Amino acid sequence: MNTVLSRANSLFAFSLSVMAALTFGCFITTAFKDRVVPVNIHVSRVTLENVEDFTGPREKSDLGFLIFDINADLQPIFDWNVKQLFIYLSAEYSTKSNALNQVVLWDKIILRGDNPKLSLKEMKSKYFFFDDGNGLKGNRNITLTLSWNVVPNAGILPLVTGSGHISIPFPETYKTPMSY
Amino acid sequence: MNEYHMEQGEQGRRCWQRQAPPLLCQQLPDSGSSCHPTPGSAILMQSLEMDLFGDLRRMNKRQLYYQVLNFAMIVSSALMIWKGLIVVTGSESPIVVVLSGSMEPAFHRGDLLFLTNFQEDPIRAGEIVVFKVEGRDIPIVHRVIKVHEKENGDIKFLTKGDNNEVDDRGLYKEGQNWLEKKDVVGRARGFLPYVGMVTIVMNDYPKFKYAVLAIMGAFVLLKRES
Repeated sequence: MNTVLSRANSLFAFSLSVMAALTFGCFITTAFKDRVVPVNIHVSRVTLENVEDFTGPREKSDLGFLIFDINADLQPIFDWNVKQLFIYLSAEYSTKSNALNQVVLWDKIILRGDNPKLSLKEMKSKYFFFDDGNGLKGNRNITLTLSWNVVPNAGILPLVTGSGHISIPFPETYKTPMSY
Repeated sequence: MNEYHMEQGEQGRRCWQRQAPPLLCQQLPDSGSSCHPTPGSAILMQSLEMDLFGDLRRMNKRQLYYQVLNFAMIVSSALMIWKGLIVVTGSESPIVVVLSGSMEPAFHRGDLLFLTNFQEDPIRAGEIVVFKVEGRDIPIVHRVIKVHEKENGDIKFLTKGDNNEVDDRGLYKEGQNWLEKKDVVGRARGFLPYVGMVTIVMNDYPKFKYAVLAIMGAFVLLKRES
C-alpha cells in the first residue's frame, strides 16, 4: 500500500490542510482588531467655481478646490495580516437635492514596508471635487475624513474611518478664495 | 458546466485605450465536482495504482446503486452549498475570481473574493463593489469613489480601479455617468489569494478541465468505498 503515489497523495493532502489552517489562523487572529488611529486634517484654502462638469454629466456644477495638510501615523494598523492600506480623503455633505454626498478627493496606496507616517503639506486634491448640482456654494458643513480599506493577506476587507475629522464652511461666492 | 466560462478568456485579455483592463471577475462553477478540489484529487491519485474496473467487477447490484447514489450526493451537495451561499449572502455570485490587474496591488489575477449584497447595507465611498454593465457579460470589481444619495434612498455612484488613471465612465454604457443599486452584484467582504488560479487554468485549457472532471467522476463511480 505504501507506494510513491499514496505517499505523495497524503503529503499533498496534509500540506493543503496545514496551509488552510494557517490561513484561517491568519484571518481569525486579526479579524476583530480595532484599526482606528488618530488623524489630523487641516484645510488652508478653499476656492469655488461653477463650471460644466467635464468629467461626465456635462451640467453646470459646483467645483471646489482645496489645499489641505494631513498628519497621521498609520504604523499601529499594520500587522502580519496587512498587505496594503488604501487610504482616501473623502468629503461628506448634504445638499438640497441629495441627502448624502460622498466624494473621494485624494487617495494613496501604502504597501507593507512603505513609510506608514503620513505628513502631507499643502496638498491638492487628486480628483475633481464636483458636486452633483450646485450644492457646494455657501454649504456650511462639508466634513472631511480620512479612511482606509485594509487589504489583508487573507481575510476580511474592513473599511475604517480615522478619528479626527474637520468640518468646513464653503465660500458664499464663486472664485473668491477662502482661507482658514 | 456553464457556457459562462468559455467567453471570459478572450474578453479578459482585451485591451483598453485609456487604462488598464477592467478588473473582471468570473463566477465559480455552480455545480459539480470542481468545487471540491481536495477530496477529488485524493481520489484521483489513490486509484491510479489499482486496476480501473477491478472494484466494479466485484460489486453486486446493490453496491452499484449505492455508488451511483453516492455520486449524485456529491453533485447535489455541492450545488446546495452554492445555492445556499446565494441565499445567505444575497448576492447572485457570492464567490468570484479576479481576472485582471486593474485593482493591483490589492487584487491580482487568480485571487478569490467573497461577496455579500445585503439590501439594507448602504453603498459608501471606498467600498469595493462588483457590478455589471449593460452590454458586458463579465462583472467588474472596482472601488466606489463618489456617492450621491437622495432622501428616498435612490443612489447613484461612480467607480474607479485602484490601478487605473481615470474613473470608469469609459467602461460604462455609452452616455451612462452613474451606476445604480440594481447594477451591483455584490460588495467585496473577504479575500483569499491564489486559490482562483485553479478555475482560471481550467478555463484556459478546457480540455484539461473535461479530462479532470471525467477522471474524477469515473473514480467516484467505479471505486468501492473501503
